[in-house]
Amino acid sequence: MPLRQYQPTATMIKILKYSFYDLMRSRWSYVYFLFYLLLGFVLLFLNNELSKAVITLMNVIIILVPLIGTIFGVMYFYNSKEFTELLLAQPIKRSSIFLGQYFGVAGSLTLSLVLGLGIPFTLYGLFQSNAIWDFSLLLITGAFLTLIFTAVAFNIALSNENKIKGFGYAVLAWLFLAVIYDGLFLMSLIVFEEYPLDNLSLIATMFNPIDLSRTLILLKLDISALLGYTGAIFKQFFGTNMGLFMSIFMLFLWTVIPVWRLAYVAKRKDF
Amino acid sequence: MIHVETLHKKFGKNVVLAGLELNIDHGGIFAILGPNGSGKTTLIKTVLGMVIPNKGTISVMDSLVRNKWKYRQDINYLPQIANFPGNLKVKELIAMIKDIRQKPSDEQKLIALFGLEPFLDKKLSNLSGGTKQKVNIVLTFMFDSPLIILDEPTNGLDPLSLIRLKELIFEEKEKGKTFLITSHIMQFVEEVSDQIVYLLEGKIYFKGSIAELKTKTGQSNFEHAIAAISTHSNHD
Repeated sequence: MPLRQYQPTATMIKILKYSFYDLMRSRWSYVYFLFYLLLGFVLLFLNNELSKAVITLMNVIIILVPLIGTIFGVMYFYNSKEFTELLLAQPIKRSSIFLGQYFGVAGSLTLSLVLGLGIPFTLYGLFQSNAIWDFSLLLITGAFLTLIFTAVAFNIALSNENKIKGFGYAVLAWLFLAVIYDGLFLMSLIVFEEYPLDNLSLIATMFNPIDLSRTLILLKLDISALLGYTGAIFKQFFGTNMGLFMSIFMLFLWTVIPVWRLAYVAKRKDF
Repeated sequence: MIHVETLHKKFGKNVVLAGLELNIDHGGIFAILGPNGSGKTTLIKTVLGMVIPNKGTISVMDSLVRNKWKYRQDINYLPQIANFPGNLKVKELIAMIKDIRQKPSDEQKLIALFGLEPFLDKKLSNLSGGTKQKVNIVLTFMFDSPLIILDEPTNGLDPLSLIRLKELIFEEKEKGKTFLITSHIMQFVEEVSDQIVYLLEGKIYFKGSIAELKTKTGQSNFEHAIAAISTHSNHD
């Protein structure tokens, strides 16, 4: 009889691998990949300029990546409910199951993004260009947004037995962070015009990963005209390098906290 | 084998298990029966560690189950709904579970027994409900574990497969294994089980052999005896 070795991390990587394979064969992964591939080619073809293409891409990525992460995350979680139950009855730690599935989903989405955009940009001659760092940062931000929103979606799905409710809350969370948050923020700027709002807007940006990503990319691109009010304050407060560091750090926190909560709640939940 | 002490579990305000006490000895087939909502599945799931009790302790083979997972190496579990990742092929799923459990397995014999060879290269999403249940059975029985828990094992099976399943259960029992089975097919329960554990309102209402149950209720027919025990309790 072979040695019975129990290694939670190794098991998590196994679950990750299988979730990843499962998703890599799903039609939607290809649709997502082909979308970015097409987008990359079209942007390069229409713009003929790498840095402009990067800005357009940023606008797409910042809205679309969170939406796809949210929807895929919720759908995968609910669709694999029975399978999760089968895994729960196996000699595996609960956190290995959920973290493995989470990284499998987030990983395959990130791969679609990186390959889909990477291929056209590489063919265009990215490596000979100065825009390579801007472009890399864009992909890193995209990866963070995927990790964050998939984690948020998993959290929402884990806390809601009802699929319709869970799906609704997840889409609302996306809508809030992608659209409503900025509106509320802008309104508060107008209403409280007379007050010093620098700190408030700094904090407000920190609490929204989408705003944070936008600020991060615009800081790197160093286009003051596009930075907007928050970006300007960010730059003024932290300076470009510190600002970059701070926003990456905040994105990191935005990833770690939901992932931690996922493991925490999963450990205590009844299935 | 299994030792359950003052087990309490409620979901919200709904009390499912109310101080349940149960001892399952080593070896034999135990059928867990009871009306809908009596806590059969919850009991099984607390033993598996999928549901976390509010109060009480459970030990499986002398180890407490709370927050543990290694003890499940000794349990084979057949879940009620066989739903697997649709994009995986049958043989990939089998390989995956083997990979996760890292235990010697005997799937070839079972695949042949249930005639699953033509389906090994098919994706799970393309299988019928009955075939999925056969895959489910293979996954459950391919490991050599002392405790086997089956939740509605007859679901969707054709008559031939049902006979094979019964043979398989008896064969494993001969090896000294312990079974916990839930089923609403009374004929199946009567054929396979040695002991009946009857749950009612979150407690064990009756535990004993089928013969004892028949004597207690004064019924000669098993199905009627079960029906009698349910109605009897209503007039308590």
